[in-house]
Parts: sequence; C-alpha cells; structure tokens
Amino acid sequence: MKKSRAALLWDLFITFFKIGAFTIGGGLAMLPIIEREIVDNKQYISKEEIVDAFAISQSLPGVIAINSAFYIGYRIAGIAGAVVTAIGVILPSFISILAIAILFDTVSGNVYVSKALTGIKAGVAGVIAVTVVRLGKSVIKDWFALILAVLAFAVTTWLDVSIVFIIAAGALAGYLYYQAGRVKRHDTD
Amino acid sequence: MILLKLFWSFFQIGMFSIGGGMAAMPLIQNQVVNLHHWLTLTEFTDLITIAEMTPGPIAINSATFVGIRIAGIPGAIVATIGCIFPSCVIVSLLAWIYFKFKELTVVQGILSGLRPTIVALIASAGLSIFILVVWGEDGFSTNPLTINLVSVLLFTVAIFILRKWKPNPIYVMLGSGIIGGAIDLLI
Repeated sequence: MKKSRAALLWDLFITFFKIGAFTIGGGLAMLPIIEREIVDNKQYISKEEIVDAFAISQSLPGVIAINSAFYIGYRIAGIAGAVVTAIGVILPSFISILAIAILFDTVSGNVYVSKALTGIKAGVAGVIAVTVVRLGKSVIKDWFALILAVLAFAVTTWLDVSIVFIIAAGALAGYLYYQAGRVKRHDTD
Repeated sequence: MILLKLFWSFFQIGMFSIGGGMAAMPLIQNQVVNLHHWLTLTEFTDLITIAEMTPGPIAINSATFVGIRIAGIPGAIVATIGCIFPSCVIVSLLAWIYFKFKELTVVQGILSGLRPTIVALIASAGLSIFILVVWGEDGFSTNPLTINLVSVLLFTVAIFILRKWKPNPIYVMLGSGIIGGAIDLLI
C-alpha cells in the first residue's frame, strides 16, 4: 500500500512548498491548504490531529508555520520528513525575499500589487471561514466544547490576551472537565 | 564573525517568538535595529511592508532579508537557519512526547479542551483578516461608505465556490487576487 519513501518525502516537500507559497498574511492562512492536501487528498493524518498540531505549534516558542510544518512532517515520516517539510515551507519565502531585495523599489509602491494582495486576503478570509466551519464540525461535539469555543473566540477577539494564555486555559479546562467526569463516573459506580 | 552573529541573533528571534506573526516584530526590531544596527528604522519599516507582501512567516522573511543585506547569500542562509533551528529542536521533542502519551486519558481530556480553543483562535484570526480587507487599516466602522465592496464580493464568492465545488483553496486565493486587481484596473 505504501509509496516508496523517496516518493513520500518528495510529495511532502512539494506540498509544503505550495503551503509556504500561500502563507500570506499570517501563519493561519496555511491551515486550509494543509487540511486540503494532507487530510482530504492524501489522508496522511486526521482532522483532529491537524488541530492538535496547531495547538502545539502555537503554544511553543518558534515560528508557527515552521513549527507546524516540522511537526506534521515528523508525524508522517520522522525526522527526514520534518526536515523536508521545513525546507519546503521556507523556500518560497526565501526565494521571494531574495528577488525582492534586488527589486524592492519597483515592487513596494506598486498599486496593482497591493490591490491584488487585498484580493488574495479577501479570498483567504473566505477560505478560513469555510475551514473553521469544517473543523468546528469535527471538533465541537458536545456542550462543553461549544461553550469553550465561544468563550475562547470572544476573549481572543475582544480582549488583549496573549494566545499562549488562551491555549493554556483551554488545556486546563479540558483537564478539569475530564477530572470532573471521572469523579461523576466514580460516584455512580 | 558576522555570520555567527547573524545566526545567534536570529536564533534568539526564533527561540522567543511565541504566538507568532506580529508578536515577533518588537523582538526583531530590538535585535536588528537597536542592538546590531544592521538596519535603520526606516529600512526596518520597509522590511515589514515586504514581509506583508511576500509569502512566508515574517520572522523568516526578515532573517533572509537582513542576512542578504549584511553578508550576501551565505548571510541569508545562515540567518534563516538560525531562525528555524529552535523550532525544529523544540517541536521534535514535543512531538515525541505527544505520540508517546497521546493515548493516555488525561491527555485526551486536555486535548478535548485544546481543540475547540484552537478552532476559536483560527476563527478569530479569520475575522481579523476579514475586517482588514473589508474596512482597511482603520478597522471596523459603522459608516457603510468605508466598506470595500470588492472585498465583500470576493469573500462571498470565495465561500460560495468553496462550498459548492470544493476546489483547492490555492486556486480560490489566486483567483481572488487576480480578480481583485483586475476590477480595480477597470473601474
């Protein structure tokens, strides 16, 4: 059933190269593409695991895009996979900066470039909206998850709280909910 | 030894940028402008503009940019590697721990709280991008004249197409970029 290892690594490289090329305007823009390529098309890992990967990447030190690329590569093909995905994801950025460092003055003030970028971001917003609905369906399965999601959304959007604290609070809530459930099960025994 | 300095500087930037994106900016500014004088403040502002326009994380973009300005291609390579190095070490360690203990029910409990939180974070990030493209840099406003109708149109059409035909999101992003540019050209 398995492809050869070289083919798998090449596939990971190409996939993350694409992902790197379209991570414009923040690391989260990469999530829909990861979901499409890694979960839907190739079925390397599950939707839940992608969310876990993002949870881990966001709460750790380091660049989120690199963290998640490295994590997913590691998960699919070990250290070799991790190295390949990390290189794939930074290469588009590396190449475009090299080009721009040379052409900076022509590009920076260009009105068409900036209009196109606004257009891309509008598309990104749509893509993220659709992804959130899909992920939400697979992750939010009970009242606890729903309330937590609404709370986290409200706090992130309207209060100036570091993402690290929000993630830590989510983890703590999950832990407490699990413990409470265990006590309850114990009582009814 | 300039290459070593570049590596170490961007190693620290990679190490201490938690939460991502713009959170890394003050850190980069401190290292690149204040500490080492590799860029002036104006050049640094230009760098942010470039990073906004180009694909890839802002920390990586600035590593490559500063590297090439200070020490050419070798500088770009060394600074970029320095920037991703901490990520690689920390994530490998954590990934290993995660797979080892994933099946434990305690960890399952924690994950049951983490997953909805992360989906909410993504939703919030999506909302801020939406606000940026619809109302611009000044943010949400009740004045309907400040709404960028082209963005609203692109956003709506993108959602419709994604739901209906489920194409690769890359094409949707590219398409809205091209159409967004073209509409402005025509009007």
